[in-house]
This record gives sequence, structure tokens and C-alpha cells, in this order.
Amino acid sequence: MAMASSGTAVVTLPTDTQILIRREFAAPRHLVYKAWTTPELIKQWWSARRGEVTVAEVDLRVGGRWRYVMVAHGGFEVAFHGEYRELIPNERIVSTEVFEGMPDAEAVDTMTFTELNGRTMVTILVQHTSREHRDAHVNSGMEGGLQDALDLLEQVAISLL
Amino acid sequence: MARAATTTDAFNAVAEPRRRQILDLLAGGERPVNDLVERLGVAQPQVSKHLRVLREVGLVAVRDEGRQRLYRLTGRPLKPIHDWVKAFEQSWNERFAALDQVLEKLKAEEPDDDGDGK
Repeated sequence: MAMASSGTAVVTLPTDTQILIRREFAAPRHLVYKAWTTPELIKQWWSARRGEVTVAEVDLRVGGRWRYVMVAHGGFEVAFHGEYRELIPNERIVSTEVFEGMPDAEAVDTMTFTELNGRTMVTILVQHTSREHRDAHVNSGMEGGLQDALDLLEQVAISLL
Repeated sequence: MARAATTTDAFNAVAEPRRRQILDLLAGGERPVNDLVERLGVAQPQVSKHLRVLREVGLVAVRDEGRQRLYRLTGRPLKPIHDWVKAFEQSWNERFAALDQVLEKLKAEEPDDDGDGK
């Protein structure tokens, strides 16, 4: 039986202005990197079935911009964009991230992909400029909260029929 | 219970940024009210109001020493705060579960995955 699931994400708040997300994947890192940076693939996972990714623009070079737009099932649209600052293929991505609904809160995300025995540990360090912005970012997950989780569960169950 | 629902659990008590700021300050150790007022740059009645909410949910404890009221952080109700982060974690878990499926597809398309990059 294939091992699809590889564990759960661990989120910590190392400092007042940071969010650290860690998750292991049962795949080599060049595939994780590919899924992370290829528009057609981003569209398949980034919205987590909370909606549909309608735009996934990736100009994968230092100074290049990215922009994702998701239309949630409720009909509202959320958009994020940023600029790549550092790219080491299969290893590391540093980019800025702006939630367009809160344009002042620009964060810097550092994503690292570490492979061990064919499995990949992904860490995402989100560096905000203030605690307020960091908290608003964490709150965005809280608002999504339980209802979204239940909705997702239901959809996954339906898709398996 | 006559109290408003918004202040009866730690989860809601820390939804207010100013109160999280107070908890932060108290995480560094016990402090008198005056000290909190000074550091927050907010009027005393407001600080007292926030402290009352935090006390009600058991996130801070108070004791009198001479003329001073000293506040300190109490750890036990911090579990709900942990859960605050957990909800954010949950949204990433959903996203990563979808990514797992994409990766399974990519692995299946690749004859051998020795991780050499191409």
C-alpha cells in the first residue's frame, strides 16, 4: 500500500514576528520542489480544496514575481503575490509574500527542502515586520478554522465515491 | 452564567492584540500595573479592563505587595492559545494533504526517484 500521507504540519511561533511551519513528505525533494513551483501543479494543491486556484503565476528567477489567486467556495477571492529573492533549485526559495487584502503586511518566506532517504522535510519560515501582522496571519487560519476542515472532509469523502 | 461569552475563555481573551501584548510582557516576569501602563502606553483604566478579562479566564494572577498590585502569567489556560496556532496548522494540513496527492502522482510518473534532480 502506498504511503500517501506523511505526517502532520507542525507550526510554531519562534519569535514575535515569525511563523515556522514544518512538514515531511513521502517524496524526494526535486518532486516537492516541482510541485511547489509549477503553476499547473500549484493549482492542484495550494487551495486545499477550500476553493479553486484561478491564477498561479510563477516567474521563477531572482527578482521574478509570483501571484496566486484563489476563489473560495463561498465566492470570495483571495490573492497573494510576491517576488523571488533567492532560488536554489530543489533546496531553497526565499520570496516575499503579500496578502492583497492586507497590502502593508509584507512577509519574507524562506522555504527549505531537505531530503533524507527519499523523504523531504519542508520548512517554511515566515518573517513578518511586526507582531500585529504576524498575528493577523495566524488569525487567517483561525477564521478558516473548523468549518473549512469539515467542508474539506466532506468533499474528500465525496471525491472518493 | 451572566458573563459575556467573549471573555469566558482564554481563546477569546487573547484574540485582542493588546491583551496578547500584556501576556507577552508578563511572560518576562511579574509586573506591577503601573509598569504595564507605562510599557503599553495606554491609559490605566483600559489596562485594568484587559487585566480583569485575563484574570477571569485565569491567564494572569494578582497579588498585593504593599501598595502595589503585581500581576503574573499563569500557565495552565495556555492550552487554548496553543489551539489558536493549531487552527492555523490545520489549514496547512489541508493544503499539505492535497500536496501529498500531487506528489503521489508525480512519483508514479517517474520511473525511478533517486532524487538526482532530473
